Amino acid sequence: MEDTRNFILSEMPAANPIIYNKDKCVGCNKCVDICQVDLLIPNPEKGKAPIVLYPGECWYCGCCVMECSIEGAITLRHPLINQVHWVAKDQLKK
Amino acid sequence: MNNLKWPYPLEWDKEEVVSADILVLGGGIAGCMAAIAAARKGQKVVLIEKGATKRSGAGGSGCDHWESAATNPCSKVTPEELTNAMLEDNEGFNNGISHYIECREGYDRLLDIEKMGGKIRDTENQFQGAEFRDDESKLMFAYDYENKFTIRIWGSTFKPAMYNELRKLGVKIYDRVMITSLLTEEGKQGGSCIGATGINTRTGKFYIFRGKASIMCMSRPARIWLFSAALPGLCEFRPTQCIGDGHAMGWKAGAEFTMMEKSVRGEFSAAGRSYPPYGAGNNHNTWYPASLIDSTGKEIPYVSRDGKILKDVADRFKPSEDQKFFLKGGAIDNPKYSIEGPETLSFSEVLKQGYKLPFYADLSKLPEIERKVIWGMMIGEEGKTKIPVYKNYKEAGFDPERDVLQCYGTGWTSAEFLPQERQLFGLPGGFLNDWTLSTNLKGLYVAGDSLFSSNCFGHAATTGYYAGRHAAKFAEVNPLIGIDSNQVEKEKERVYAPIHNDPYSSIGWKELNMGISKTMQNYCGEVKCDELLKIGLTRLKEYAEKILSNTFAYNPHELVRLLEVFDILTVSQLIIHSSLARKTTSKPLCFYRNDSEEIQSGHKERFITLKQFDNKVTIKELPLDYFGDLKGNYEIYNEEYVRGIK
Repeated sequence: MEDTRNFILSEMPAANPIIYNKDKCVGCNKCVDICQVDLLIPNPEKGKAPIVLYPGECWYCGCCVMECSIEGAITLRHPLINQVHWVAKDQLKK
Repeated sequence: MNNLKWPYPLEWDKEEVVSADILVLGGGIAGCMAAIAAARKGQKVVLIEKGATKRSGAGGSGCDHWESAATNPCSKVTPEELTNAMLEDNEGFNNGISHYIECREGYDRLLDIEKMGGKIRDTENQFQGAEFRDDESKLMFAYDYENKFTIRIWGSTFKPAMYNELRKLGVKIYDRVMITSLLTEEGKQGGSCIGATGINTRTGKFYIFRGKASIMCMSRPARIWLFSAALPGLCEFRPTQCIGDGHAMGWKAGAEFTMMEKSVRGEFSAAGRSYPPYGAGNNHNTWYPASLIDSTGKEIPYVSRDGKILKDVADRFKPSEDQKFFLKGGAIDNPKYSIEGPETLSFSEVLKQGYKLPFYADLSKLPEIERKVIWGMMIGEEGKTKIPVYKNYKEAGFDPERDVLQCYGTGWTSAEFLPQERQLFGLPGGFLNDWTLSTNLKGLYVAGDSLFSSNCFGHAATTGYYAGRHAAKFAEVNPLIGIDSNQVEKEKERVYAPIHNDPYSSIGWKELNMGISKTMQNYCGEVKCDELLKIGLTRLKEYAEKILSNTFAYNPHELVRLLEVFDILTVSQLIIHSSLARKTTSKPLCFYRNDSEEIQSGHKERFITLKQFDNKVTIKELPLDYFGDLKGNYEIYNEEYVRGIK
C-alpha cells in the first residue's frame, strides 16, 4: 500500500517524446525557451533537466535537440506507432 | 492534476497596451519576412508569436527546397510561364497574385536571406561537378535539371538568420503571446482593422495591440477532421499550435474568404495514422527521385508522362522531348499532362504486373552524388528531418548504401486515410486578397498560409515581404485609430471565462476538439449534401452556444489550447457555410456532392467568397481570373520595386 503514495494523479501518456540524460543535462532551459509548442517547463530544482509536462503535444521537430549545446543530453524519440521499418537490401527474398 | 507548481507568474488580471505602426500577427516565415520588409521601410514594427520566433512555425526547423525561383540566373522559365502552369494545373482554382509574387520575387528573397546568414549555396564544394549544381554560382537545383527553377537550400539556417535580422532592425518581438481577436473600428464587423488582442501563453496576461496596419501571417486551419487526444501533436502536418487562429478571428471580424469548401483526404502528413514526414520510404518531394523496389528487390520503373520507360536515372530529371518543363515538389498531386514529370508506374499498374508488397525506397543504386544530396542534405535540411530522421535513423544503424526503407499506405505514400479523414492541404482556402495583399478589411494585410491557395516556404517568404512593403505604405499615410473599449472588454470576458469554470463538471479542450472533428467527419466528409451539412452546422452552433460556456482550463497553457479549439469550431462553421454555398461538384476543389445541381451549358467556374456582416453570412462570386494581367498588374502595383527599390 505504501507505493500508491508515489502515484502522480495524471494519465499515462501515449508517447515519451523527449528523454533527458540526467547526467549530461545542466538544466540551462534552452530547450524550454525554443519549443514552439511549449510542452516543457523548467525544473523547480535549478540545474536539473526540464519537465516534459505535455508529451502528447510534441510535434517532433527536433528543435530542442538542435538548440542544445550538450551532445546527447536530449533524445527525441518517435512513439512506436511512428517508428519505421528498414531492411538490408541483400536480405530481401528474391 | 499533478503535484507541480505552475512555474510562471500568473497575471490573469494584468493588461498591457502596445502601440506600433505595423502589427505582424504570427512569427513564422511569412511573419518574419513581413516584419523585416516593414521595418526596412522605417516603420515601427511589433511582431507577435505564439511560440518562439527563432524556430517557430511550420518552416522553423528547416526546408530543403525553394520552389518557383523563376528569376534566378540559371532559370529557363519565366514567372508568367510558371504561374500560368500552376493556375492551369488547378483549373484556375489557385491564387494567381500570390504565386506570381512567389515566382517574381522568390530569388530576391533568397539573396536577402543569404545576406542575413542563411545558406543557399554549396560554398564548401561538397557537390562540385554534380549535374544539379551550377559551378559558377554554386546554386544547386532539384527536379527539373534543365530548367533550374527549384533551388535546394539549407533551410535549417534560415529562421535563426531571420530572427537576428529582426533584432538588428529593432522589431519588437512578443513571443509566447497568442493573438485572440482582431480589433475593428468602432468594434464593427467589416470595419477597418485597428489592432488585436492577445494573451500570454505562460502568464495569462492580456494585451491590447494597436497598429495603423496589421499583417495576418498565421497558419492554415488544422485538426478540423483529424484529432487524437493521446497524440494531438501528431494530428496534422503543421505544428501543434498552428491550427488557423487567423482564419477564425478574420471570419469573426468580417474578412472575406474563398475556397474554404476545399478539403482533401489526408495525405502525406504526420497525422497519427501515418509515419514521420520524409521519414518513410517514398519517392516524392525531398526523396525525389529515389528508386522504388518491391519486396523481392525488383525495381519499379520510372516512366515519362506518355508511359515510356526511363532507363537512366538522369532521365528522371528531364522534361519529355516535347515538353518545356515539369513541376515537382509540394502540392503537385495528379498533375495535368502539360506539367507532368517522370513518375514510377502507377500503384494499380505495378500490382497488375505482379510486383510484390511491401515496397521500399532504395537509394543504394542512385549515383553517389544523388544519394548524398537526398540523404544528408535534403533529409537533414527539410523541416523535421535533421534530428528525428537523419540523426536518429543514422544512430539506429540505417545506411542508405545498404538499407532500404519501407513504404506505407497505397504504395509509397506515408499512410492510407479514410475518405472522411480530411485536411486543408494542397492549396486550401483562406483570406481573399487583392494586388496589395490587402484583405477587404482596410488596414489588414495577409501573407503565407493565411492566404487562399498557399503552399510552401518560398510562397510564405515572398508574400510576407510583399505584404510588409504594402502595409508600410498604408501605415505611412494612415493614423492610429482609437480602440473600442466595449470590444476589448467583451473579448477579455470571452478568453478568461473558462478559468472560472469548475473542472469537475466542465469540458476540456481535447474533448471539445474530438467532438468537433467527429461532427465534421460525419456531416462534412468526402461526399457532401445540403441535408448533412445543415445538421452539421446545427451541431456546431449548439457547441458554440451551449458547450463553450461550460469549458475549463487549469493554467494559461491549457487555456490557449482551449481557445485554439474555439477557433477550430469557428473555422469548421466557415467550412460548412462555404460547402453549403457551392451547389455543384467541383473536381479541382476535391468537392463532391451527391445532390449536385445540374451544370448548365456555358457554366463558368467561379470562386465563391464568404464574409460576415452583422453576423449574417454574405455570399458572392468572383471570376477565377479576377487578378487580371499578371505581369501588367504586378508592375503597376510595384512600380518602385521594379525600379530597384526593394
